[in-house]
Amino acid sequence: MAYTKRIDGRKLDELRDTSAKIGVVPNADGSALFKQGDTVAIAAVYGPKILNPKHCQNPEKGVLRVHYNMLSFSVSERIRPGLSRRSQEISKVTEWALAPLVLLDELPGTVIDVHINILQANAGTRCAGINAAAMALAAAGVPMTEMISAVAVGKIDDKIVTDVTKEEEDYEEGEGATDIPVAFLSNSGKLTLLQLDGRIQAKRMKEALEAGKEACKKIFEIQKKALKEVE
Amino acid sequence: MVYKITRKNVLEAVNKEKRLDGRGLLDHRPIEIKFGVSNKAEGSVSVKIGKTEVVCGIKMGVQEPYTDHENEGTMTTSMELLPLSSPNFEYGQPTIEAVEMARIIDRGIRESGFIEFEKLCIKDGEKVWSIFIDLAIINDDGNLIDAGALAAILALMTARFPEYDEKTEKIKFGEFTDKKLPLNADKMPLTITFFKLGEKIFIDPTREEEEVTEGRLTIEVSKPEKEEMINAMQKGGEAVFSIEEVNSMVDEATKIFKKLNSLVTDELKKAKKEAKEK
Repeated sequence: MAYTKRIDGRKLDELRDTSAKIGVVPNADGSALFKQGDTVAIAAVYGPKILNPKHCQNPEKGVLRVHYNMLSFSVSERIRPGLSRRSQEISKVTEWALAPLVLLDELPGTVIDVHINILQANAGTRCAGINAAAMALAAAGVPMTEMISAVAVGKIDDKIVTDVTKEEEDYEEGEGATDIPVAFLSNSGKLTLLQLDGRIQAKRMKEALEAGKEACKKIFEIQKKALKEVE
Repeated sequence: MVYKITRKNVLEAVNKEKRLDGRGLLDHRPIEIKFGVSNKAEGSVSVKIGKTEVVCGIKMGVQEPYTDHENEGTMTTSMELLPLSSPNFEYGQPTIEAVEMARIIDRGIRESGFIEFEKLCIKDGEKVWSIFIDLAIINDDGNLIDAGALAAILALMTARFPEYDEKTEKIKFGEFTDKKLPLNADKMPLTITFFKLGEKIFIDPTREEEEVTEGRLTIEVSKPEKEEMINAMQKGGEAVFSIEEVNSMVDEATKIFKKLNSLVTDELKKAKKEAKEK
């Protein structure tokens, strides 16, 4: 059977219920929670602070360090706590996604630590993590050029959809599922995160990227609103 | 300081659509392939792209299947950045660079459907074959993802099963069958990584060039039928890309796929002929 209707009844370009909140970790310099359907990410920012040991400092620019972690109970089958190859990779791509918006050149010798934890997972965790982290950076008052928003675009059977769920990720009929997490800068509209796994016609990439860009515009509005609510 | 001079030189060259070694932006260095470089492995190959050399060895194991794929074999890809291959690598736990590269290569192979995992099942829910794709860098002169991905594919294509003792349910290591791995040759994925410096995009950088690039986009392409499919992508580094840039890289990747594909086909034919003559 073709994928004519999304499993949870959403329109192809419709996001799950999305909400965002600033200031969930009082100790942090900035923190945020980003919730997209059943996926919940919290992010905390510490810094900019002097980077120790000293030999790790970069005299020309600040260092951004991202740590992404899925809590052991955030998925159905418990995952072993600690660093997995997957979380190492996601930490790195998140770092690359966030670095372009932070004015690191103005922060020589310092480090900004971004800690992302996934409380509850139903696909799209790296994107929710990026959304929360970008808000936490802004809340911490880190000098930034613009904001960033991320979303997981997918091709389920032959349909391009936005904000893929776990159930959709596991769809095996027809052309199967392709997962494409993307992040777009809010002003320049350029990509800072792009990953893909699955099988999609080269010709349809354009369509998928445009869908991602539109969805990110909606997410940006939600992030902006939450940032404005801070007293 | 050295970094700044190199960056300036590379940037000047690519802005004139040329490389320091005279190549065009989308040209590979010469690719050299040698099969059977380690005879204890189920399959092995050395791939040289210019001065970069990667060796891939395939080893097989037998294990219990994962609970969510009870009738499917498994595959693990790892990469070792050997300290012998570069003054920049050190002993110890795999670095994030090695982990990321192995995971990109793994994803392209897995998602393309190149390996028929159901055919690696020995006993439903109890015993399945596992394929270990182990990559070792022998000399690092840049573009390790593409060299590694190519080596992995070629090693898989020439690998054969070891003997399996059904009574003891163990592999008789050192004894090989003539049976090839269950592969879908027409779903073979090939990997092309594009690198960005300034406004220019090019492929197959030397280490010197790669050091000064600002970011990369890896695209893994297969052509199961008439149409090119993308099976994996990964953006690396701090560069940003416009949608137009990504679209043009996807487009170029399908063209480069064609060239690489005919090179691989020729090499495999040559290897088959040589094996016959022996």
